[in-house]
Amino acid sequence: MLNPEELKYSKTHEWLKEEADGTVTIGLTDFAQDSLGDIVFVNLPEAGDEVKAGESFADVESVKAVSDVFSPVSGTVSAVNEEILDNPALVNEDCYNAWLIKVENVSDREELLDNKAYEELCEKEG
Amino acid sequence: MELKTPLYEVHEASGGKIVPFAGYLLPVQYETGVIKEHMAVREKCGLFDVSHMGEVTFKGPGALASLNHLLGNDFTNMPLGKVRYSVMCNENGGVIDDLLVYKFGEEYYYIVVNASNRHKDFEHMKKNILADTQIEDISDQIAQVALQGPLAKEIMLKLVKEEDLPKKYYTAVEHVDIAGMDCLVSTTGYTGEAGYEIYTANENAVKLWNTLMEAGKDEGLIPCGLGARDTLRLEASMPLYGHEMDEDISPLETGLELGVKMDKEDFIGKKALLERGEPKICRVGLSVIDRGVLREHQDIYIGDEKVGHTTSGTFCPYLSKAVAMALIDKKYSELGTVVEVDVRGRRVKAEVCELPFYKRAK
Repeated sequence: MLNPEELKYSKTHEWLKEEADGTVTIGLTDFAQDSLGDIVFVNLPEAGDEVKAGESFADVESVKAVSDVFSPVSGTVSAVNEEILDNPALVNEDCYNAWLIKVENVSDREELLDNKAYEELCEKEG
Repeated sequence: MELKTPLYEVHEASGGKIVPFAGYLLPVQYETGVIKEHMAVREKCGLFDVSHMGEVTFKGPGALASLNHLLGNDFTNMPLGKVRYSVMCNENGGVIDDLLVYKFGEEYYYIVVNASNRHKDFEHMKKNILADTQIEDISDQIAQVALQGPLAKEIMLKLVKEEDLPKKYYTAVEHVDIAGMDCLVSTTGYTGEAGYEIYTANENAVKLWNTLMEAGKDEGLIPCGLGARDTLRLEASMPLYGHEMDEDISPLETGLELGVKMDKEDFIGKKALLERGEPKICRVGLSVIDRGVLREHQDIYIGDEKVGHTTSGTFCPYLSKAVAMALIDKKYSELGTVVEVDVRGRRVKAEVCELPFYKRAK
């Protein structure tokens, strides 16, 4: 799958989308979902929780393993994708639409990559 | 450095994701993914490369006495062509390995052991066999595949006449001709489904694999990796060495009475097992009540009291729920007991439930 050009990427395989209203949307990349395999459970924070750049905010369980999801930004969770809680396989099926959380009041952010730099990273890790 | 099974190139060409496991490079899954591979075995059929498993032959007039001395089960009066499960205990009553014993002659037994324990097992066997027993580790010459699922028999019947196949569960036939290859076929497996395990010389492995895949094309046969092997055995509540048993856990604690005959005159570990007395812990099933997935080695609590730990856990694709096997204080082993499992700092509620989680309809 191609990693969309309009998104930014973390080195820990999360994608980030800057929304027009200043919030950011965070999800897992194709590389991440493919490495995890069939995802069966996602543990998400709740709206109102604080997330910190570089720290884990969720965990994703596949049949094979559990993996932490790291926040590329600091801020307040404004929304979580309830649909993912009921149907975690959506992350495997359509990872760039199956977002995990939205964050507002963004104060700090990790160093992020554009899609080209991110693809190079994936090639090295793959 | 990891070894390759004779099927390594086939796995690579079929899109297998290769990982190191028990000293071998094996596919954890193919492009289909663990869930689809798991479901194929429950509903149709799957093919596994299990060439990493170890094989040891026991021959000679002392073979039976040696096995009865080394292993917990009793092999006296075992019929020819039968397969029997056993544990092999150490002097302390812990488990060195669990294994299968095939009997093909009064002086010829064929033992199948776990890959990770193969060298340790062989050393222990060599040290402890009785007189007039010749043992040989033939693992490096033997490839093994497992054809598992409700359609396994149909697929095999395209290649072998029914009268040449083993019939009853846990029986075996040597020298079965499959497309001109000399194979050992047994009605055994590690998935909770009907099926066959097929052993042959390394040089036949690729042809055997391709022959079976071709024969099972219309039945929906797909190759399956270690991931599905683990979820299938866990769903069927079959114990795995290093999880439900190890050198410290006794077979009686982990519910493997069928592999240790305490009324047998003597075997290595019997004395220690008697001294240990009535087990205080036992193996139970846990079924998650809330959301969450349990994994191995997670602590189990009732309130603030730690009452046990999980030994294996996963999300079971066929049952579509998260379960675990656990060793727990017998006091709290009653069905329906609600416990909390520490999942990386988060308490997940689960309930003691019946084993096996899954049992195939007869």
